[in-house]
Amino acid sequence: MGYKSFDEINEKIKCGKAVVVTAEEIIDIVAEKGVKQAAKEVDVVTTGTFGPMCSSGMFINFGHSEPPIRMTKVWLNDVLAYAGVAAVDAYIGATELSETRGMEYGGAHVIEDLIAGKDIKLYAESYGTDCYPRKEITTYINKNNVNQAYMFNPRNAYQNYAVAANTTNRIIHTYMGTLLPNLGNVTYTTSGELSPLLNDPYYRTIGIGTRVFLGGAQGYVAWEGTQHNPSQKRRENGVPLSSAGTLALIGDIKQMSTRFIRAAVFEKYGVTLFVGVGIPIPILDEELLINTCVKNSEIFANIYDYGVQSRNKPVLGSVSYEELRSGTIEINGKKVPTAPLSSLKKAREIAELLKQQIMKGEFFISQPVASLPLENKGNTLDIRGIENEKD
Amino acid sequence: MKKIKVALYFPATEVTKPITYHLIKDYDLQINILNADINLNRQGKLVMDMIGTEWNIEAGLKYIEDQGLKYKLFTKSIIWQEEGCVHCGACTAVCPSGALQMDKESWNLTFDKEKCMICELCVKACPLKVMCVSV
Repeated sequence: MGYKSFDEINEKIKCGKAVVVTAEEIIDIVAEKGVKQAAKEVDVVTTGTFGPMCSSGMFINFGHSEPPIRMTKVWLNDVLAYAGVAAVDAYIGATELSETRGMEYGGAHVIEDLIAGKDIKLYAESYGTDCYPRKEITTYINKNNVNQAYMFNPRNAYQNYAVAANTTNRIIHTYMGTLLPNLGNVTYTTSGELSPLLNDPYYRTIGIGTRVFLGGAQGYVAWEGTQHNPSQKRRENGVPLSSAGTLALIGDIKQMSTRFIRAAVFEKYGVTLFVGVGIPIPILDEELLINTCVKNSEIFANIYDYGVQSRNKPVLGSVSYEELRSGTIEINGKKVPTAPLSSLKKAREIAELLKQQIMKGEFFISQPVASLPLENKGNTLDIRGIENEKD
Repeated sequence: MKKIKVALYFPATEVTKPITYHLIKDYDLQINILNADINLNRQGKLVMDMIGTEWNIEAGLKYIEDQGLKYKLFTKSIIWQEEGCVHCGACTAVCPSGALQMDKESWNLTFDKEKCMICELCVKACPLKVMCVSV
């Protein structure tokens, strides 16, 4: 039943002969031509997503000053970066808040500003050593005068996600946006039928080492993402009923664009990062093609009550992406307006751009060097010992 | 002709008065109600566009005051800095007037200034901070 190999598809890409379509376009193509014919003709299906992804950040190496310093604490534009690695290496997380500006500026903004080419103020402290005598440094860095600056996001591209609702009688502010009281609205995030992992639900072609579009650059899948939960219950078509697989992604900040990486602030929640991700799915056989034909009407997500402050939020129902996209859904007989949090417009832009890059021979597909786990038990953090005792 | 946007605040005792009727009939004002929250025996709020001659608008506002109501003119407006917008849709979750909506084909954000009640909820809800208030 196999038609093509990774190498054969790359040969076609090299010659500019690959047939590439987006995960939205493939639906009509298959309806018209049928699975067999379409699987022979189409080489690659591109996906895209552009949503807020908190679990993002950047490794950066500043180069050595004269005299040198072994940085123990580092701030970038007053945002604390983790410096417990080597002398001039640091990691800045997207959600870290500015020590002077609070929630209006954070790690995500530092990353966006660096990509934009702006100067970033670097302040670092040290205890001083024989090999690194300097104890303090203040200077400015930008993407041209640092050594490596690469995004490393522990968890991106969630395979499906919750729909958020609020049954309490007060407005609540969450990472799923502002939720109005008494089921006044629901919010949802993922690009549905265009979302990467929903188009390859069993991770047959997306694995460790897969080349991906990340923030405008060519990045890679580094590992399974944190909280990767492939054991989530699935429908017959393989689509999980709620959040399931995730990806850890890596890519060169210097090649990225603020068109596809944007800092964001969710009121009274904090700072996060909009990350643009696109993943090409090679059509090696019919089964892979069938998976990419998944439609919004076949993708369901659970509605959770975010008014309940527990890790086990009550499920208020299940709803399809087609219903979510219609603008109104029904919960317990009540009509509730829906609002997206991830940009479908941008997701389409990414899938289309990736398609163009592959057709022009600028982006090649890659066979995973190892598969993502298909089984994984999610753990919870249980409290042991004396509560709230730090030392 | 002049056009203003105004919010009328009805004390609980005055909600039964046919204020809008008199504004239209006695002062020749074109009234377009944008939002109404009127309940018997509770303070109410009515947001409206008012179109008429300058003289009639002033007289109409005086009539409102004479009836024991308070009003607030909308002098501010919401500005959508579109070039920085990513069209995520987070603002549409909180917009009570329907001024901010997603186009169901292109999934572009659309902003109908006429419908906007300047409640400012979108200013805080926008993750990119591209909605702001003009003064």
